[in-house]
Amino acid sequence: MRLEVRGITKEFGATAALHGVDFSIDPGELIALLGPSGSGKTTLLRIIAGLDFPTAGQVLFGGDDASARPVQDRHVGFVFQHYALFRHMTVFDNIAFGLRAKPRRARPSEPDIAARIDALLNLVQLPEFGRRFPAQLSGGQRQRVALARALAIEPKVLLLDEPFGALDAKVRRELRRWLRDIHDRTGHTTVFVTHDQDEALEVADRVVVMNTGRIEQVGGPDEIYDAPATPFVFDFIGESSRFEVEVFSGKPYFDERPVGLPFNDLPEGRSTVYFRPHDVSIGLPGPGLISGTITSLRRAGATRRLEIAIGPGQRTVEADAAENHSFRVGQRAGLNVKRARAFPARAAPRNVPSYAG
Amino acid sequence: MPNVLSRAPPALLVLPRFRARHRSILPGFRPALGFTVFYLSAIVLLPLGLLVARAAGLGPTRLWHIATDPRVFAALRLSFLASLLAAACNALIGFLVAWVLTRYRFPGRKLLDALVDLPFALPTAVAGISLSALYSTHGWIGSLFAAWGVRIAYTPVGIWIALVFIGLPFVVRTVQPLLEHADLEVEEAAATLGAGRWRTVMRVVLPALLPAILTGFALALARGIGEYGSVIFIAGNIPFVSEIAPLLIVTRLSEFDYAGATAIAVIMLAMSFLLLLAVNLGQGWLRRRLADAE
Amino acid sequence: MRSSAGRDGAIGHTRNPVTEARWVRLALIGSCVAVMAVFLVLPLVEVLVEALAKGLVPFLANFADPQVLAAIRLTVIVAAFAVPLNCLFGLTAAWCIAKFTFPGRTLLVTLIDLPFSVSPVIAGLIYVLLYSANGLAGPWLVAHGVQIIFAVPGMILATIFVTFPFVARELIPLMQEQGNGDEEAALSLGAGGFYTFCRVTLPNIRWALLYGVLLCNARAMGEFGAVSVVSGHLQGLTITLPLQVELAYNGYDFVGAFGTATLLAALAIVTLLVKTALERRYGDQLAAARRG
Repeated sequence: MRLEVRGITKEFGATAALHGVDFSIDPGELIALLGPSGSGKTTLLRIIAGLDFPTAGQVLFGGDDASARPVQDRHVGFVFQHYALFRHMTVFDNIAFGLRAKPRRARPSEPDIAARIDALLNLVQLPEFGRRFPAQLSGGQRQRVALARALAIEPKVLLLDEPFGALDAKVRRELRRWLRDIHDRTGHTTVFVTHDQDEALEVADRVVVMNTGRIEQVGGPDEIYDAPATPFVFDFIGESSRFEVEVFSGKPYFDERPVGLPFNDLPEGRSTVYFRPHDVSIGLPGPGLISGTITSLRRAGATRRLEIAIGPGQRTVEADAAENHSFRVGQRAGLNVKRARAFPARAAPRNVPSYAG
Repeated sequence: MPNVLSRAPPALLVLPRFRARHRSILPGFRPALGFTVFYLSAIVLLPLGLLVARAAGLGPTRLWHIATDPRVFAALRLSFLASLLAAACNALIGFLVAWVLTRYRFPGRKLLDALVDLPFALPTAVAGISLSALYSTHGWIGSLFAAWGVRIAYTPVGIWIALVFIGLPFVVRTVQPLLEHADLEVEEAAATLGAGRWRTVMRVVLPALLPAILTGFALALARGIGEYGSVIFIAGNIPFVSEIAPLLIVTRLSEFDYAGATAIAVIMLAMSFLLLLAVNLGQGWLRRRLADAE
Repeated sequence: MRSSAGRDGAIGHTRNPVTEARWVRLALIGSCVAVMAVFLVLPLVEVLVEALAKGLVPFLANFADPQVLAAIRLTVIVAAFAVPLNCLFGLTAAWCIAKFTFPGRTLLVTLIDLPFSVSPVIAGLIYVLLYSANGLAGPWLVAHGVQIIFAVPGMILATIFVTFPFVARELIPLMQEQGNGDEEAALSLGAGGFYTFCRVTLPNIRWALLYGVLLCNARAMGEFGAVSVVSGHLQGLTITLPLQVELAYNGYDFVGAFGTATLLAALAIVTLLVKTALERRYGDQLAAARRG
């Protein structure tokens, strides 16, 4: 089922949680809504589900405007962060709930229901768990039951609100892969909300990066990581450092000295250059290189990470160095920027593509 | 650290070596505990113990004889059944009131909330005469029913009305905190699964509230069985028909039949005790089913 | 957690899924208000109307009746003994239960709650069994000319019994929640025990204490069943306000009965008002008690 969101705006009194959000999802895609808290991603998800109503805009399921339909009629499968399982019902009854809630005519017979639930329990790898109560399950198991419950009604769209947010790191990683696996097997159009970028980049077909109620970028995981469209995305995803350059007659200057950058056509005036630690190489200071003072050396996982203070404000940037480097704190070094993205400071409309290396 | 302030008062019935589990530096444990136990014993334990001892002293046969006396049996049965019916009613009304107070906003809501405690605060005699006047055949409500030939005051129905009044706050106050802190996500989940409002409330919300409703029900029931002041004015107090057990105790006392009064009192206490025990066990069972394993 | 205060959907005519339809809400609110009005408000109104049935003068004249005045005096005396004693007990019990651990603590708490589950008539009965002339201590009392039952001391005792747990119940959960930190700090600074209690503990619990005393007093002044059993209904001597109400009512003096009842009802309403005000302003310092 194709899912479209058009011009969704949500205002709470004077503040707006969503500003005219537009995007669409192809049938069978697995999309992540990624962003920090307050970005509006959960609000958007709830609006798609019908648990909230937008101030303006539409939600379309397969081309039909669902905006006026109540949540009971939208056939969405919703999985909550804290599972929202019915504590007084067994796992079986929980999953069966949606099937038993159907009107008489559409309701399957009890043997049918039992068969379906068995199949679902097998799918979520919890066979024989039907008689247990939620209180007897671990967090990961509860979330799987919640997913089975949502799948039982054969939803048009599967919506998950930070589904693994309440779980331990290890369980979270396992369930991540498992979710992807389930999706590949069942083929539901799926949208899930997360603030964990690793999760989004690892699991989703496409990622929608959101910030303060607006979409910053929509794209595949590689695109988001390698070609961030806005400063926010560059900053939010992966590690980043930045510095500012002034461009005169097409030539960039940092700290009033010309510097070599891998861009051809930067606009005049000020731009901010973003790069990742592994996109620069460190050496001795030299012409065309950004020079700075090494302020700290430490390990960051498998690499050696250097912090370098550059420029008049002595702002710190990070760079990775080779294992056998011989740098010391206090030493002057030069940065050679091999890959970066520059965002002009001149008030550019949000969706104007920026210049890249 | 020598504790200058905890000199054990000499004249009190204090277990001399009794002390707090781990030595606390806070003083005054012994005197406080001593006074507490003394006061509790003198006011509560001793008199109640005496009651039970006297009843035991009557011997099981005499107790049984008194208990199965037709008039006594009728009074006990009336007290119990009327309270049961009233408590059941209060369970329903209480749930409704708690729901309306927590889920909806409307003018006068806070006033209503405060009003729920009225039966707790109002002296029973005031409630008694007022209800009696209200439901008598000339009263505002009683006259409406009298037009259809239904009498409320001086009948068991009147007793039931008074007990509903008395028990009203119990279920409301036990259910209210649960509803106030209820997790709405469960209701949203039910909605996403296609359940309408009625189904959601009946199958999802209500079962989770059952322990609290049960507690309130039991409290109202226990209170109703022993209620005196609110009931004796509106009850007919006719033996075998509308005489409640507490009234029978008073009657026996006025006849100086201490044995009779004692026996009835002990039976009533036993009923309350069994009731509370049953409710506690039931709650424990429910809690184990629903408690968070993590 | 969002409040489902019944906001309707902004678009279309569908309803917020976590609330009922508007008509259902209105119907429920309406029936709730109706039930409350019939069961709770009407009796109150009835009291006032019946009291003023013959006009303002007879209503006021009732309060000049020596019997009624005696009843007021006795009610105040009984409360003046019962409330402070139970207050003292409450403070002492809360101190040792909340600030210390010892074997039998839970049992103690359960026992303190016992009077709540005892019928008021039984509460009166047990004192009659103990202190009446035919009671256990009867002979000794008669020999020493001490009269407890059918006299004021008996009424005070019975009132103490029925209002026994009120103050303790409010204080224990709160003091438990507050812990020993403040007191230990005071002691470490060299303060004595009693000084600590007065300057550190009491201020921390003052609103819960007031709340408990309030409820205790309301119940003490309004108690009927227990006091009725031990009083003997001796005119002018052992009639409290509630008993006076009964007396007047059974004597068909309705203006007198309801007039006196108005006084008690006013006490109840004032209690409710102060109680609500306390809950509203100091709810967090009473919250522990409410949770119990």
